[in-house]
Amino acid sequence: MSRDEMHALQSKRLQKLVSYVYHNVAFYRNKMQAMDLAPEDIRSIDDIVKLPFTTKQDLRDNYPYGLQAAPPSEIVRVHASSGTTGNPTIVGYTRKDLAVWSEVMARCLTAYGVTRDDTFSVAYGYGLFTGGLGAHYGVENLGATVIPTSTGNTEKHIRLIRDLKISGIACTPSYALYLAETLEKMGLSKEDIGLRIGAFGAEPWTENMRKEIEERLGLKGYNIYGLSEIMGPGVSYECQEQNGSHICEDHFYPEIINPDTLEQLPYGTQGELVFTTLTKEGMPVLRYRTKDLCTLMDGTCPCGRTAVRMGRIVGRSDDMLIIRGINVFPSQVESVILEMPEFEPQYMLVVDRVNNLDTLQVQVEVRRDYFSDDIGRMLAMKKRLSDKLKSVLSIGADVKLMEPGSIERSQGKGKHVIDNRKLQ
Amino acid sequence: MTIKQVSVFLENKTGRINHVTKVLAENGINMHAFSMAETTEFGILRLIVSDVEKTVEVLRGANFAVMLTDVVCLSCPDVAGSLASILDQLAEEDIFIEYMYAFAQGENANVVIRPNDIARCEKVLERIQ
Repeated sequence: MSRDEMHALQSKRLQKLVSYVYHNVAFYRNKMQAMDLAPEDIRSIDDIVKLPFTTKQDLRDNYPYGLQAAPPSEIVRVHASSGTTGNPTIVGYTRKDLAVWSEVMARCLTAYGVTRDDTFSVAYGYGLFTGGLGAHYGVENLGATVIPTSTGNTEKHIRLIRDLKISGIACTPSYALYLAETLEKMGLSKEDIGLRIGAFGAEPWTENMRKEIEERLGLKGYNIYGLSEIMGPGVSYECQEQNGSHICEDHFYPEIINPDTLEQLPYGTQGELVFTTLTKEGMPVLRYRTKDLCTLMDGTCPCGRTAVRMGRIVGRSDDMLIIRGINVFPSQVESVILEMPEFEPQYMLVVDRVNNLDTLQVQVEVRRDYFSDDIGRMLAMKKRLSDKLKSVLSIGADVKLMEPGSIERSQGKGKHVIDNRKLQ
Repeated sequence: MTIKQVSVFLENKTGRINHVTKVLAENGINMHAFSMAETTEFGILRLIVSDVEKTVEVLRGANFAVMLTDVVCLSCPDVAGSLASILDQLAEEDIFIEYMYAFAQGENANVVIRPNDIARCEKVLERIQ
């Protein structure tokens, strides 16, 4: 599709979207009215800068269904992602949304070179997280064979890869490395399996990780990007060039903004990535701020695609951490600790990557009055905290009890994270 | 005899025990006995000291989490079998020992016991000694 045709399509879809949310979502109607903006004021995609932004906080404030535009009877599936405190983000999908999703996912897989003849293992978690089911229906839509492995028993997974002649896999890059390690531990090598394509995403990764994964698993690894607030995996994907991820911009319109001034920035400038869901029915969003920092690249790719590409995510404009593919905010840990009188309101998250798997340690200070001479009670205190963290964060954290006063106090904004993963 | 034991919370980190002993030394406090209970990531240092109140004061002043625990201290001849017979009697009376440590001094050995029931433990010991 030429850029002009894309521009026309995006313009038409944006006009329709704005009118749709204006009439179906009070949140957007109120915002637009406050800005003295009517749906008719949006005449082309270039008018998008007039529209209000949407943040994760807006999604939380409107929990659970406040931003849903489609009537409940039209919603056929709901996914959720972790929230910073308490409320998760709820996203409802209509039948058409699911069709678009499996379509964009199939586009990604096609760009990687997956065909009907492939057998594809989806090793993202299945459940509220969009990774598993999102990739699953894309593979089915393409017509390849899907093996819904999910996460868990890695040795069994490797036997399946070997015995079922699995040729493609979707998982986090860190899990791919763990898979390589397990393969070697089992006394097997990449020649014993026939993996040729990997769709890796849900966490930031580097060129070095790509080289290592490709070398150890004998496949070609491609980035896949997505977020549940927009759709799930399939928002953008790398092609054979492995140089930037093409955005499915007929459905998800990208912008880069300056996170401080909120001004739209030109292609090639680093800033915060923003998406507008041009065709979504269930929970469409206008100018959703992803907080991911990257650049957008225009120009026709050597692969022939004209769709805008996004570069690697180089950081976040907030303090969110991605640990084993799960979004973790220090404030979530803080809210748990503040509820427990046993601990001082001081804490430190230490993130590391051990044997290619992300680890999270939460250091907390035991309050003097709650120190006990009884080791059983101390261990029970530790377990109470790790159980609560697990239920709030959805990932396990190793709790380390510290002496009172031992965690460094900082002036002003507290430093609560030590990230020892070498991702840049 | 029931005495006060000082328990100190310690991270498993080089130099933490030294810090405690240094603070005590600077304040002229003598340790009669101590034991270290540890898990993989933290430890509890248990001390029998010459001046309990001062120990708590100076260790708290140095930021340590400190608490006092009642323990039973008994003295028995430092000969084979003497402790065994005492422990047998305690077990017969259904007294559970959470932890204990001991040190020999001349002809006698001193044993510090943390039982589940201090009062009953004392009674049994009075009867048998």
